[in-house]
Amino acid sequence: MAVCGALVRSGRLSRPICGRTLSLIGSRPASVKRMASALSYVPETAPSDFGETTKMNLFQSINSAMDVALATDPTAVIFGEDVAFGGVFRCTVGLADKYGKDRVFNTPLCEQGIAGFGIGMAVMGATAIAEIQFADYIYPAFDQIVNEAAKYRYRSGNLFDCGRLTMRAPCGAVGHGALYHSQSPEAFFAHVPGIKVVIPRGPIQAKGLLLACIKDDNPCIFLEPKILYRAAVEHVPVGDFTLPLTSAEVVVEGKDVTMVAWGTQVQVLREVCNMAQEKLGVSCELIDLRTIMPWDSETVIKSVNKTGRLLVAHEAPLTGGFAAEIASTVQGECFLHLEAPVERVCGYDTPFPHIFEPFYMPDKWRCFEAVKKLINY
Amino acid sequence: MAAMRCMLGVRGLLQHAFYRNSASFAVRNVHAGPDKTPRQDRQMSSQTLDLEEDKPQFPGSRSEFTKKLEFITPDVYNGIPVYRVLDRQGKIIEADQDPKLSKEAVYDMYHKMTLLNTMDRILYESQRQGRISFYMTNYGEEATHMGSAAALNPGDVVFGQYREAGVLMYRGFTLDQFMNQCYGNNEDVGRGRQMPVHYGSKELNFVTISSPLGTQMPQASGAAYALKRSGKRLCVICYFGDGAASEGDAHAAFNFAATLECPIIFFCRNNGYAISTPTSEQYRGDGIAARGPSYGMATLRVDGNDAFAVYNAVKAARELAVNENRPVLIEAMTYRIGHHSTSDDSTAYRSVDEVNYWDKQDHPIGRLRHYMVSQGWWDMEKEKAWMKQARNEVMQAFQRAEKKKKPPPSELFCDTYKEMPPHLQQQREQMRKHVAQYPDNYPLDNFEKDRD
Repeated sequence: MAVCGALVRSGRLSRPICGRTLSLIGSRPASVKRMASALSYVPETAPSDFGETTKMNLFQSINSAMDVALATDPTAVIFGEDVAFGGVFRCTVGLADKYGKDRVFNTPLCEQGIAGFGIGMAVMGATAIAEIQFADYIYPAFDQIVNEAAKYRYRSGNLFDCGRLTMRAPCGAVGHGALYHSQSPEAFFAHVPGIKVVIPRGPIQAKGLLLACIKDDNPCIFLEPKILYRAAVEHVPVGDFTLPLTSAEVVVEGKDVTMVAWGTQVQVLREVCNMAQEKLGVSCELIDLRTIMPWDSETVIKSVNKTGRLLVAHEAPLTGGFAAEIASTVQGECFLHLEAPVERVCGYDTPFPHIFEPFYMPDKWRCFEAVKKLINY
Repeated sequence: MAAMRCMLGVRGLLQHAFYRNSASFAVRNVHAGPDKTPRQDRQMSSQTLDLEEDKPQFPGSRSEFTKKLEFITPDVYNGIPVYRVLDRQGKIIEADQDPKLSKEAVYDMYHKMTLLNTMDRILYESQRQGRISFYMTNYGEEATHMGSAAALNPGDVVFGQYREAGVLMYRGFTLDQFMNQCYGNNEDVGRGRQMPVHYGSKELNFVTISSPLGTQMPQASGAAYALKRSGKRLCVICYFGDGAASEGDAHAAFNFAATLECPIIFFCRNNGYAISTPTSEQYRGDGIAARGPSYGMATLRVDGNDAFAVYNAVKAARELAVNENRPVLIEAMTYRIGHHSTSDDSTAYRSVDEVNYWDKQDHPIGRLRHYMVSQGWWDMEKEKAWMKQARNEVMQAFQRAEKKKKPPPSELFCDTYKEMPPHLQQQREQMRKHVAQYPDNYPLDNFEKDRD
């Protein structure tokens, strides 16, 4: 993938992103201390009934999901900025050649247009897979998403809908993305009835959840943790399969503390599970929420009723972050079972900084400290 | 799928970057029929950098060098001309522009223009009496609706703003359906969820109206792209006002439609005002039409009070759109005779004399009536009888709609998603329990009972 690194939105960031992501995850010189951002990806195993697998990283599994979608649905199209040659993160590599340039095509550089265009295609019953180059640039499309996509079915009494629309966008910290290549905007969309918001934690999850979004009859926003595009590698089923939306997954079972996260943060908390066990003898139950909205409160409530303690962690800022919604619901539903106040470990209430990223992140040490607080309360 | 074209040809992105539409932006008279040459301008033939000749080689444009420093200035005084077929007395100006519509077709247009007008008067008054919460009339713009609707195929998809009720009426939306929506009663297909005049009809291919301005425009481009891929030889028409054209979505829609070669007619109703804002505060160019060529769109400006001119324009535009997969922009010049809405008093920002001129001297209904009288198809007696009948029909539909109950309250939760997620089921139960506990504090008598 020699082409990859150089391809970032012109005028917005002159430095390569995904090439550097790779080096960040791999071995770095000891002199460069980026401990906060360093994370090791633990490959998962797909259920055997999903069929034959092959080794893929996250961008390849997303490519594979869209390949399946285009192959099985002749109305399906993919469009956005720079998707025709393969995308700045390689997610659409080869698809234009395979399916034709009327099905995988570039649009003008205009996010409100991309969202509106996708809605219009979906209104006609076509499957529209739109890409926003970075989640940070989804805000120009906010009106189309919030006022239009989310409300289409409701306001027309189900005469018209744009359920065939999926919008993909890379999200989350990447080591050096600063203000506009690092954001996690899920909470803005969680306040919008009518759309689904989904974030995967790895390649198998990404393919199954993206295909579920594409096939779902509601407009979906699919946020892809871009730091995992190359870093996360595992054996992904090559065929067509879906994972359920609005369904959290208990990734690690435990009995003392419930930990909830999504996207890359699940990988951070997986390490915290081990640290808590080794250093404190504490058994943590790790839940990947997967769908932010409508979220699976039942799985979380059930877990907290068992453990009596809850930690929610996300990269996005604390105030108004989705952890607040989870904490509030759990407080209401699990009041008599809670042994300690709910802990939220999140980004700080600042813009996402460049050089200070290691100090901004809700890293494993901050989360580990929160587990100690929960236990010692 | 002959209609499906590769957007970039077979040569790929890098070559594409060298190729742009030719700068041949001459405004064509679309009524003259489909231009046979434009595809050649637009297609990307193989590029060779000709370094021998002293010509600009920049990928972003195709033109010549110049030694003179000369700004291009907007020519606002000799604007794009207004295409007209009927003069103000309803006479055909050029015989070869006469669409030669049958007596029945003209009757149909006239009946629906006047029926719309009658419905507007009654619903406007009913809002003044507090019987419906809101209304927007179509006064003065009836010809833009009926003229354009008549030129379309019924399968063509309509995306509107909110002042295009006549298009729906032309397609067969009944008075009862209009009234049911304004009352939000149990027979409203929209289930009473939107404000009045936010109509929609699946059978009539009229996409449900929403309040945010300009949002329907890039959607219409996307719908047109999907239609092109379906190979159905249909197009999309997208209506919007001169004010909405200032939204970013309008820019997105024009540019996407042009670069992605979408079969779409952008139909601008330039009625001089966006609520209180006159066009002089909306733009400084030559209206909306002058923007068309800059996006690479075929463009025409038309007299919006002339039903025949609008008809001819849309008919020709439709041929361009469907046969050549290209967007067309039509700017219909007209005048908003009514207030912006029932929440607006337009005498606060414009003179009664100005309104009266358009109402009395240059009204689309009057102009078509003159034409019909000159053909011997219409007279005062017929006019009186029809106006009486129209009023009766509207009043009866009005009374029927008013008597109907609203949908069951629990429908407020339906259709948020296709399925009802658990949290909404819970909230629906909470609402039911709460209302059952405090029934006297809610207007339950006006609503149908829950089914289960």
